[in-house]
Amino acid sequence: MEIKADMVQNSIGQLCPMPIAYMAKSMRKLSVGQVLEVQADDEGAHADIPAWCEQTGNEFLGEVAADGYVRYFVKKTAE
Amino acid sequence: MTEDNNRATIAVFSGDMDKVFAALSIATGCAAAGMETTLFFTFWGLNVLRKDKPVKAKSLLGKMMSVMNRGGIQRLNPSRFSFGGIGRVLFSKMMRDKGVASLEELLQTAVDLDVHLVACKTSLDVLEITRDDLIPEVEDIVGVATFVRDAARSKIQLFI
Repeated sequence: MEIKADMVQNSIGQLCPMPIAYMAKSMRKLSVGQVLEVQADDEGAHADIPAWCEQTGNEFLGEVAADGYVRYFVKKTAE
Repeated sequence: MTEDNNRATIAVFSGDMDKVFAALSIATGCAAAGMETTLFFTFWGLNVLRKDKPVKAKSLLGKMMSVMNRGGIQRLNPSRFSFGGIGRVLFSKMMRDKGVASLEELLQTAVDLDVHLVACKTSLDVLEITRDDLIPEVEDIVGVATFVRDAARSKIQLFI
């Protein structure tokens, strides 16, 4: 799966709740339809990022394992 | 975007480092999810909002309290293994080593995400803390009716 992101957020090394806090800030900068890539190595992010999408009405596109971290893709579908 | 009940209201009674960490994490998570989030600080929780200097109390007991109960978010002790202040240093180190955000950082993040910080008037009076003793990020000094109004409109209400 190769998704083109409009913005990349580096959350490698961060623990809960920081990846989600930065994600909320990043998403404020994007327009509806744009995609954010969050790079994180905290295991909790695997559950938290889809949960955040569910709660906020944004679309979780999927995740791709990279070298020592995971790339999560989120599409902004709600204001 | 915010529906009228899309709120979170958290009463922070405790001034224990670990409990405050939990309160700030949850508040940050709520705000990140787009909820209108208010932290209502009362009693020992007020230490989170205090500047790092003793209050200028008037009464004798107030003066004693201001010496023993130093405020400032960086002075909070954990609820267990406090060891007269050493526990705070050890916990801070353990958190830092693992990349966990510090309490100061978490509070700043919460403020950046528009979490509202309010302080309870009655407990300020009891502890002889004034507005000038509090950090400027404190939005308002309120009473229980404000807490009840906000909590009644919230999907999440917690007391920590």
